[in-house]
Amino acid sequence: MNLTAYQTDGFWDELFEPDLRPRAAAELLVKRLGEFSPGELAARQKAADKMLLTMGITFNVYGHAAGMEKVWPFDIVPRVIDAAEWSTIERGLTQRIQALNLFIDDVYNRRLIVKDRVVPEWLVDSGRCFRGPCAGMQPPQGVWCHITGTDLVRGGDGQMYVLEDNLRTPSGVSYVIENREVMKRTFPQVFGGQRISPVEDYPEKLLAMLQFIAPAAARDPTVVVLTPGIYNSAYFEHCFLARQMGVELVQGSDLIVHNDVVFMRTTRGLERVDVIYRRIDDDFLDPLVFRDDSVVGVPGLMAAYRAGNVALVNAPGTGIADDKAVYAFVPEIIRYYLGEDAILPNVPTYVCGDDLQRQHVLDRLDELVVKPANESGGYGIVLGPRVSQAERDDCRERIKANPRNFIAQPMLSLSRVPTVVGDSLEGRHVDLRPFILYGEEIHVLPGGLTRVALVKDSLVVNSSQGGGSKDTWVVHTNRG
Amino acid sequence: MLSRVAESIYWMNRQIERAENIARATETTLDMALEGAMPPARLWNGLVCTFGDQADFWQRHGLADQRSVIDFLAFDRHNPNSIVSCLAQARENARTVREMISSAMWHEINRFYLEVCGARVSYGELENPLEFLTDVKRASQLITGVTDATMAHGEAWHFARMGRLIERADKTSRVLDVEHFFLPATDRGGEDAPASDDLVGPIDWSSVLDSASALEMYRKQHGRISRRNVAEFLLLDREFPRAVHFCLTKAEGSLLAITGGQQGTYSNAAEQKMGRLRADFDYASIDEILTRSAGLHGFIDLLQERLNAASNAVHETFFATRPTGKLFDTQPRQTAGRSL
Repeated sequence: MNLTAYQTDGFWDELFEPDLRPRAAAELLVKRLGEFSPGELAARQKAADKMLLTMGITFNVYGHAAGMEKVWPFDIVPRVIDAAEWSTIERGLTQRIQALNLFIDDVYNRRLIVKDRVVPEWLVDSGRCFRGPCAGMQPPQGVWCHITGTDLVRGGDGQMYVLEDNLRTPSGVSYVIENREVMKRTFPQVFGGQRISPVEDYPEKLLAMLQFIAPAAARDPTVVVLTPGIYNSAYFEHCFLARQMGVELVQGSDLIVHNDVVFMRTTRGLERVDVIYRRIDDDFLDPLVFRDDSVVGVPGLMAAYRAGNVALVNAPGTGIADDKAVYAFVPEIIRYYLGEDAILPNVPTYVCGDDLQRQHVLDRLDELVVKPANESGGYGIVLGPRVSQAERDDCRERIKANPRNFIAQPMLSLSRVPTVVGDSLEGRHVDLRPFILYGEEIHVLPGGLTRVALVKDSLVVNSSQGGGSKDTWVVHTNRG
Repeated sequence: MLSRVAESIYWMNRQIERAENIARATETTLDMALEGAMPPARLWNGLVCTFGDQADFWQRHGLADQRSVIDFLAFDRHNPNSIVSCLAQARENARTVREMISSAMWHEINRFYLEVCGARVSYGELENPLEFLTDVKRASQLITGVTDATMAHGEAWHFARMGRLIERADKTSRVLDVEHFFLPATDRGGEDAPASDDLVGPIDWSSVLDSASALEMYRKQHGRISRRNVAEFLLLDREFPRAVHFCLTKAEGSLLAITGGQQGTYSNAAEQKMGRLRADFDYASIDEILTRSAGLHGFIDLLQERLNAASNAVHETFFATRPTGKLFDTQPRQTAGRSL
């Protein structure tokens, strides 16, 4: 295949230097791609698509008919990260998660960071994901955010920035594992001769973490995955993780709380449950404490949790650190608890709840990206430079009506990765979601989920809005 | 295993078996209609009555003919027992237990629903109704085969088989109750008049056998067709897989495999009800059944009642697990199962 036609168009490219020499970690990959005969790339891509379909690797799209399943598009050209760079990312993420965990514990207990005026009290208490009922909680082993998916992007300057922290029920890890599997089966020749960090031990590490944080009394803890059911967009992942760990996949109706102890209903009677990896939002967890119209939760679950009879993963209340207005303070949070500078920088962020910063945002709506503070999945984001004046005006009114709920950031020039278009390659924008487990120690899954905006020039990588994914390789070069 | 998972697997198999049986009986009725042996209205009305949803049918249709009945039994999504409803529910149940069943099973069930039913939504769109019904039958048999060949024959498989066989016993008995549905009350043998054993009667007994895919096996056993022998074959045969006795024996076998119990004893309501019903069939005689005052219809009626009771006992024993001695207010269970 002739790669000379490939253009980086002035963007940072993850595989190529600006002068189109392959980056060191991508050298072998690019060489192999260059050896492809005409038609081979398209044929490999087709084989991968077919495999995903027969494996039933799907997600549900909200807003379509109930249970509408789609295959998530996968692009066979991997994103490559040099192991040396990865080790910096890994340290940065470990630092960040450690600080955020201390922050969550602090805001629900002693509130020192508020008293010391590092983070304003109004900001914490007005957070939509702040959970009053969690005040005074001491989760097992002191861990609140057991599983985090942190979104990273690389700007035009080549720097990796943290774009957002997902500490509620981040999804996507199953695709990391399945993507690698699909790559190995449909594209084996590009692996040859290099050291790439494996990803398939994630379920094993996840299970170890879940067992570690079990209540002390449980000798041989019973772990379950709690799903809202087949209509949830990530149902495939819930199934996948339960199957990979060899634990039961339960729904709210399978669980029952009796004398503050959680049981599951089995064909042989009730069986005690010690650890729940819940993929249900706080709001729906327990109708007696949170939303009383929840039909996917378990009445009495929070009482059992408070009594120390069951561990919940992630702990209820972690969403406060997921808030995009709190995100703006994370560099200070890291300095406050750890006395260190943040290894991974934030994207500059304006908090609209602050009068000065809001005015700045309203004056520059045509330059900025406005995001709701508590949405996920890319919903509600307004790309100032790319929308009409009417949409900007609408956005302005919404910010004024509820300033606390919005933040704004400069428009980033996201890095690109060569992506299959027909039988050739074109650059497409990507982000990266590494997954971090916090149990006995903090473990970062090497690589993570690379999401790619398949539409030319698009910056939206979300699965619900035309995004796809790529395998992510952490490649160890021989440089040391 | 989780009660919900067991229940979904149990119902998934009942629903697939139900779809197959409806397809089979509809196919036979179509055959009969072609030859015009019976007034069409009576014929098609009889088919609706066979499956017990006549009240529902007459609410929506003024006339029982080929078109309205096939629409109702095969394609009507408001009829929870139509073929497409059964398959849609079976597929939803399969999705909720996808981590428990084999990929091959999921693949077939998914294909069954999407390909066999997805494309066709009403009788009017069928080029050939017979071909559609054959597809449904074949897909169900394929799923049964794939289940047996790819799923470990452990607890989940036994719940699957038990569901399938309880459903089949019920449907075979309904097909046999043909006199009750197809003949005006005065012509019915057995109720007030002694059963006629004419070789050529108003009922086409070979069609009855055909509805249960039993004609060839019957011939090997009995040769010529008579009411007595058809009833005996479909109710009491120990080897024919659609005969009620066979179904009860194997369903009880699965039940005991699940509980680890022994035939002849019981430790829960499901074992008791199923065991007693099976034992009654062990010692039943067709001549006694036919000469009793309740007649064949009365016997079948009672059988269906007892099957329902056994199915409810399965539900209570395995699916409705709750702390002993105290009832709790719990969420409504999210399963596609329904009692008959």
